[in-house]
Amino acid sequence: MALDDVSPPEPVTLTDRAKAAAAWPIRLLATILDVPFRFLQRIFGIGAMPYFFILPNMLFFGTFVVLPLFINFAFSVTGGTNLFLADRPYVGTEQYEFLATCANHFDPATCREDRFWRGIYNTMVFVTFQVSLMVLFSLITALILNRDIRYRGFYRAAFFFPVLLSPVVVALIWKWILLRDGVLNAGLVGMGLERILFFVDPQWSMFWAIFVSIWANMGFYTLILLAGLQAIPPDLYEAAEMDGTKPERVFWRITLPLLWPNMLVVIVLALIKSVQVFDEVFVLTGGGPGTATQFIVQYIYTTGFSSQVQNFGLAAAASVVLGVVLFVLTLLQLAVVRRRDQG
Amino acid sequence: MTDVVTRPTRTLGALLTATRGNGRLHWTDVFTYIYLVLGVALMFGPVVWLVLSSFKTQAGLQEFPPTLLPLGQISVEVEGYDEPLPLFEVTFEDGTVKQMAQVRRVGIMAQMVDPDNPEERIQVSINDREPIREMSIAWENYTKPLETFNFLTYLNNSVIVTAAATLITLLINSMAAYGLAIYEFRGRNAVMLFVIGTLMIPITIILVPTYLVVTQLGMVNTLWAVIIPGCATPTGVFLLRQYMLTIPRDLIEAARMDKASEWQIYWRIVLPLSLPAIAVLAIFSVMWRWNDFLWPLIVLNRSEVYTLQIGLNAFQGELNVQWHFVLAMTVVALIPVTVVFAFLQRFITTGIASSGMK
Repeated sequence: MALDDVSPPEPVTLTDRAKAAAAWPIRLLATILDVPFRFLQRIFGIGAMPYFFILPNMLFFGTFVVLPLFINFAFSVTGGTNLFLADRPYVGTEQYEFLATCANHFDPATCREDRFWRGIYNTMVFVTFQVSLMVLFSLITALILNRDIRYRGFYRAAFFFPVLLSPVVVALIWKWILLRDGVLNAGLVGMGLERILFFVDPQWSMFWAIFVSIWANMGFYTLILLAGLQAIPPDLYEAAEMDGTKPERVFWRITLPLLWPNMLVVIVLALIKSVQVFDEVFVLTGGGPGTATQFIVQYIYTTGFSSQVQNFGLAAAASVVLGVVLFVLTLLQLAVVRRRDQG
Repeated sequence: MTDVVTRPTRTLGALLTATRGNGRLHWTDVFTYIYLVLGVALMFGPVVWLVLSSFKTQAGLQEFPPTLLPLGQISVEVEGYDEPLPLFEVTFEDGTVKQMAQVRRVGIMAQMVDPDNPEERIQVSINDREPIREMSIAWENYTKPLETFNFLTYLNNSVIVTAAATLITLLINSMAAYGLAIYEFRGRNAVMLFVIGTLMIPITIILVPTYLVVTQLGMVNTLWAVIIPGCATPTGVFLLRQYMLTIPRDLIEAARMDKASEWQIYWRIVLPLSLPAIAVLAIFSVMWRWNDFLWPLIVLNRSEVYTLQIGLNAFQGELNVQWHFVLAMTVVALIPVTVVFAFLQRFITTGIASSGMK
């Protein structure tokens, strides 16, 4: 059979042998799976095969993403502390009303579920500063990396490195620096200043939450902007240089307008991620001091999973609210990406 | 040898004189290099500090201000004492300096003994002595958590989860992508629309119901609970499908002429040709799984099934944080991604830049 010509030749060198040894379980799996797929093809014909190929993925996806999306609503309109839906009494919109009841919506302390509203306000503060500063620094970094500099690959790698680190690692790295006896306080004392207990002060905690998440994620957005900058045709710059245009003017008139579609994509992507802030900050501050850095996702996690009474209904209702916000942002993203790709 | 000496100056000179090409040093050139140097320090500095700190002894970590390198006090065996005694440099009133070992400390006074003359004890004020130190690397920070605490299990669990999840993800995503890229069939556009539409459903908004599903399937507190739910990534399907669309149809037609089964076409022709895209997805998947936090935090509640991230979080959340162990284990958690990064950096960055996904 002609297909056998495609298969690799017999292994010769030692590394080839090692590769072949590592690959044989996968080969075996392929050979085993070939049997049912051949059988299906014989019975249903080629026309039915694409359905069988997409079936496993859709099965997983349906069970763990689509189905939960619907069950979520069921949770949010039932009460009690039972996990199984059959044992949960229907309560209508009670969970949502409980979340929404406030004497004054601008003061979380007057809300029935004040932790939820504090989560919302904290998230709003976090998102505002984190997204704007991150986009700003990503832009500056991308502009600098786009210049004709030596060792550009190294610098690009340096700014990108923290993106790969896990949120727990990121948080622990910074927690170790910011502790009472940490190296930053040693620096402050060394300069003759007072020690600062960063995680006791609400404002400092929020500052470091924002700082650390920018540190960890900035490289990703820098990369997208850098790709956008490199797609700008160089002859535009050459023409500007021949005309003797000032660099500042080149930036405002050429770079920024042409980069703008990519900027919008970056802003929306950063917004979507920022609204869901949890991991780094949870390990760094634990939401504290008090509720100073407790965000929406942490509210959902605590309410549903880590408090004495697991209030699944309330957690589900809060995640429906978060889902609506993310849905709007996603529509915005699709519109922005479509506009960029159509040029 | 001369090359080694001259090269730094040459590069430094080139670094400082790298201008916009017209010979003059524009303010943006100065700004560029200040920004880059500060940036590199800010990005790598904290990681370097973590690694250096992870080699310090527990006593060394409690020092304030901290030392840069892991230092430990030298101890000496003195005749007549069972335990080795810490060595100090004592300055006497007449200005002589002598190395002495400390027997015990009472308040601000310390009882010292000369190692060469163990019979005689001297009272010294603690302000008149300095500990003598040398580089000492506390390997036990690394070995002890792996031996006595559960960290070897956590590490093991993390490896299992990452490997199994990546294999399943690659298999089912590439199968779906193949189905969507190669065939014309009824409902294909609907499925594609569905994939794109669900690209952005994050786990954060379906925590409770997914937990219910996982519980019903009896997977809570098993590694399957972490492996399975995230496998059907729309990102992966989309990425692979876009790549497979570029494969020439003639190849597939030719294989069908040769009576290859559809599975063989997928496995022997389309998959090998899609290897670049599969490699990108494999790297992403390894990163996602190794770093995963919120979902494992919810479904893994027993320490035998903790992944490294969850174990680390639990360990750092204790009342008396054993930082010497936490730091060392953080370094362990950081090693795989750093290795991946060092070897595949270019691959990852182009993958992200071209797909806009992470």
